Amino acid sequence: MIEAPDLSLAALTPLLFVFGAALVGVLVESFAPRHVRQPVQVALALVGTVGGFASTVFLALADGADPGEVTAAGALAVDGAGLFLQATIAGLGALSILLFAERGLDPAKSAFVASAAVPAGSPRDRELLTDERVQTEVYPLATFAIGGMMLFVAANDLLVMFIALEVLSLPLYLICGLARRRRLLSQEAAVKYFLLGAFASAFFLYGLALVYGATGTIRLSGIRASVTTEGTGTLLVLGLGLLVVGLMFKASVAPFHTWTPDVYQGAPTPVTAFMAACTKVAAFGAVLRLLYVAFGTADWTWRPLVYGIAIVSMVVGVVLGLTQTDVKRMLAYSSIAHAGFLLTGVLGLAGSGLSATLFYLLAYGLTTIGAFAVVTLVRDGDGEATQLAQWAGLARRSPLTAGVMTFLLLALAGIPLTSGFTGKFAVFRAATEVGAWPLVVVALVTSAVAGYFYLRLVVLMYFSEPAEDGPSVGVPGLPTTIVLAVTVTATLVLGVVPGSVLDLADRAAALVG
Amino acid sequence: MNPVPATGLLSLSWLLIALPLAGAAVLLLGGRRTDRWGHLLAITTVTASFVLAVLSTVTLAGLDERSVGVDLFTFISTGQLDVSAGLLVDPLSMTFALLITGVGALIHVYSVGYMAHDPARRRFFAYLNLFVAAMLLLVLGNSFVALYVGWEGVGLASYLLIAFWYTRPAAATAAKKAFIMNRVGDVGLALAIFIMFTQLGTTSYAGVLGSVGLLAGGTVTAIGLLLLLGACGKSGQFPLQAWLPDAMEGPTPVSALIHAATMVTAGVYLIARSAPVFDAAPAAQTVVVVIGAVTIMIGAIAGCAYDDIKKVLAWSTVSQIGYMFLAVGLGPIGYAAGIAHLLTHGFFKAGLFLGAGSVMHGMGDRTDMRRFGGLATKMKTTFVTFGLGYLALIGFPFLSGYWTKDAIIEAAFDRGGVSGWVLGGVAVLGAGLTAFYMTRLMLMTFFGKPRWEDGVHPHESPAVMTLPMVVLAVGSVAAGFVLVQVAPLADWLAPVFGEPEEAAAHVVPPLVVSVLVTVVVAAGALVAWLAVGRRPVPTTAPAQVSFPVRAARNALYADAVNEAVFMRPGMRLTRAAVLVDDRGVDGLVTGIGTGLGSSSTRLGRAQTGFVRSYALGMLGGAVLVAGALLAVTAG
Repeated sequence: MIEAPDLSLAALTPLLFVFGAALVGVLVESFAPRHVRQPVQVALALVGTVGGFASTVFLALADGADPGEVTAAGALAVDGAGLFLQATIAGLGALSILLFAERGLDPAKSAFVASAAVPAGSPRDRELLTDERVQTEVYPLATFAIGGMMLFVAANDLLVMFIALEVLSLPLYLICGLARRRRLLSQEAAVKYFLLGAFASAFFLYGLALVYGATGTIRLSGIRASVTTEGTGTLLVLGLGLLVVGLMFKASVAPFHTWTPDVYQGAPTPVTAFMAACTKVAAFGAVLRLLYVAFGTADWTWRPLVYGIAIVSMVVGVVLGLTQTDVKRMLAYSSIAHAGFLLTGVLGLAGSGLSATLFYLLAYGLTTIGAFAVVTLVRDGDGEATQLAQWAGLARRSPLTAGVMTFLLLALAGIPLTSGFTGKFAVFRAATEVGAWPLVVVALVTSAVAGYFYLRLVVLMYFSEPAEDGPSVGVPGLPTTIVLAVTVTATLVLGVVPGSVLDLADRAAALVG
Repeated sequence: MNPVPATGLLSLSWLLIALPLAGAAVLLLGGRRTDRWGHLLAITTVTASFVLAVLSTVTLAGLDERSVGVDLFTFISTGQLDVSAGLLVDPLSMTFALLITGVGALIHVYSVGYMAHDPARRRFFAYLNLFVAAMLLLVLGNSFVALYVGWEGVGLASYLLIAFWYTRPAAATAAKKAFIMNRVGDVGLALAIFIMFTQLGTTSYAGVLGSVGLLAGGTVTAIGLLLLLGACGKSGQFPLQAWLPDAMEGPTPVSALIHAATMVTAGVYLIARSAPVFDAAPAAQTVVVVIGAVTIMIGAIAGCAYDDIKKVLAWSTVSQIGYMFLAVGLGPIGYAAGIAHLLTHGFFKAGLFLGAGSVMHGMGDRTDMRRFGGLATKMKTTFVTFGLGYLALIGFPFLSGYWTKDAIIEAAFDRGGVSGWVLGGVAVLGAGLTAFYMTRLMLMTFFGKPRWEDGVHPHESPAVMTLPMVVLAVGSVAAGFVLVQVAPLADWLAPVFGEPEEAAAHVVPPLVVSVLVTVVVAAGALVAWLAVGRRPVPTTAPAQVSFPVRAARNALYADAVNEAVFMRPGMRLTRAAVLVDDRGVDGLVTGIGTGLGSSSTRLGRAQTGFVRSYALGMLGGAVLVAGALLAVTAG
């Protein structure tokens, strides 16, 4: 007789919300008439993500709620950290959807191509460039990706983790290639991301197989038990290494970062914002779960490794970031450096390190979405003006835009009274607790150097003469305005009175398995 | 000692910071609408802060328990971490608040005249207000984190103001240099704060300074040295002194307020505030003293060789702050003396800078003293006020510098032993050199034959500029006497540093020290007169000079050292990065950029090539990861 697996529907509500919205979105795409698709799809995607956000918050805070449950036949873990990460992903996802929905900036009313299948540069393509038709598949695709990310951070078994990885990756590969302008660059980004992503997935899968071979289980708790009782053998350690490689790729940690600048630059900017914020959160969620739950009792194996790649990532991100001439590439290298800062938090103890990393992810996600939202505003006749030189003297043209960007850059640099400072403070503190002094010194030095390249853009915006035929600053529509207002407010609030959120992260810092 | 909660007027202390901050916010956000009355608003807010500071000080003086805490809000509060933002009103912080708002208000007034013709005057006042607010936060905060926030704030304001005339490449470079050298120091301060967190779980002054005894000796020394690194960066002390003279590219009122009177003395404040840490770490204290002594000499020697009036004053600032470091490094006998010298220095150096600004104003923004001369008759008010500041600085008997510098020199001799003699000797020698370079500056600027360039018509500055100079000149004359004799600062600061203890027996009797210093100073001035005053001054600096002069002109090669140690490797690294980026990453992207228009074949080839090399990179990384893991497990 087959027993039905135990399934707590209540605990799955957030995922059901998001995946449900994505599935309905597919139906809408097939059956709804073209002219209503855009508003309906945007509404659906927002309902899904905001609903997912609200239900995680409800699950976490409702009376008598007991986050710390393993459900779906042990495949999913619903715990404090998982819910915090899911809420972060759903919330940041909703903001990204708003950026996708912006219709006021591009003359053709969307950042996405009208028909992705037309060869770039062909006569038909040129015709479609100014067509106001919009690709609306992007909304269900993004919703699927968000669902995959939320599953990723809750996966309690390596196979579910792998499936979630693919569910989140495949839609991302696609929507990277949907830019309306500079289509070759965009398509190239998509293909590159796909090829390298597939390569990384293979690493993950092979690692999974090795770990299964060594321990006979794919359940994280089972691996933990096996590690505790039988110790670590060569096979298991190799498996761990390959799993880490697969996850670090998604988190764009150096030396697995090579795709990041190209893909961030080529993808449509709203998608870049989405990847920079949500993918980072999801990937780090999985890293935390893998290292703390499955290999938490053998942390002496992975600590030196994380130590090393944290340093590599910070140094690579910062040093290469110094010479960038493109705003999006610069932010990409900043994302690599921030991945290194995040790893210093991962290195902390299971309690404080976890809570610091959770907070940092939230703070960084919000700030980085805001920064990319500003990038979508600065445009010339050819779309977004992302060359650094084009931003010269921007403060004269639009003091408000320059002011917002300056504030967000200062937050990325970690200047006090911004969320970036609080986050850095928290992760560095967590690392010092375990005596990782040299790492914190490197982190402080690299963040000082990173301050320089953020400041370079600030200086350029304020202290340089604007170019004659420089870009103009578009007037954002309601969606982008909401995103900017939310991200700037959050960056300020998390910097000035971060107490309650830090407290929340602290209470959420628990993983079951 | 925990501060008592504030009541009455003192609970409003946050207004001290909020007023100038609000001024800065209005000016920055208000845009051009505030152009006409913006500077008046800026002056009003700073003056209001000054009045409030005076009233608060009077209130504080009337209390029995002169250490008052003002809780503002909880910044971070979680299970293990508790940082609440609050202010600490005590004699030390109020002394600084008075200096900052008092000198700040005067310099605001002066700037109205100095910046009258600058189209960006509003922005200037906004930054100036921002600076005052940040500096007040730095001294009034009740924890090292609050201090750090203010510390970064004054750094930012200083950066913005040095680069105020950003169209001049020199200004932009100087700002960058100041910023970077300050960051080196900031890393030290940040690390010290982290150690406090991990070891004590708090950074409030009450918590940290009260439990220094619980820490291991090595930890205390580490905290002390890291705090010192921070202090050296901010205060332009050896080995981070090179940015300060370059910072003179900023408008002169900025040099007076930030780079002479207030911000650069933040390092002295930090060390004085952390007195219990340094008292418990003799090794760190010794380093403070050595740095102070070394910097006195570097500043004084470099000051002798420069021809730019502001740079001479800047090196003089470096050297005088060296005296303050020397004093606070001497421990309990020196703290009050160091703070007293800091205050009088605030008066006379700010006055000297304003005087230099007035000279520049009259000479069409020229700073080369070789093209000055004979200005005493043309600019009488400036000459008299500058002259009084000069006498105060070199320690002319019974003027400010005489009282406060002599106290430091005495304390240095009282340290006893060989080190006491060496430090005292250095301090005396420094006083002689100070007299030399300042006399040289006076002679080249105000006396002798005019060496003006064509088209320069020196004239006295307007009253709005001379008035603050007169006020500061009065301070330069009287402050030392008041602070040492009439109302001893040491008594006022006793709640912070403990009751002033008279050294049991002076190694050298004070009278002998006074006479000795006065003689050395007179000798320095005489040598200057022999070298500069008797002969006509060449309008270009002689090229054939001895090695010592060349070394001094190059500020003892500090820049060369910096360049060799930090900049060249840094540039090489950047160049390497550019190379990698050009060949590897950028080349591809530019390729794609042009490819958009024309060559899709090339694009295709580039594309596959690079994905392959990216994948190869990943593979290499994976091999390293696996290797590292295996090495760890096997080993």
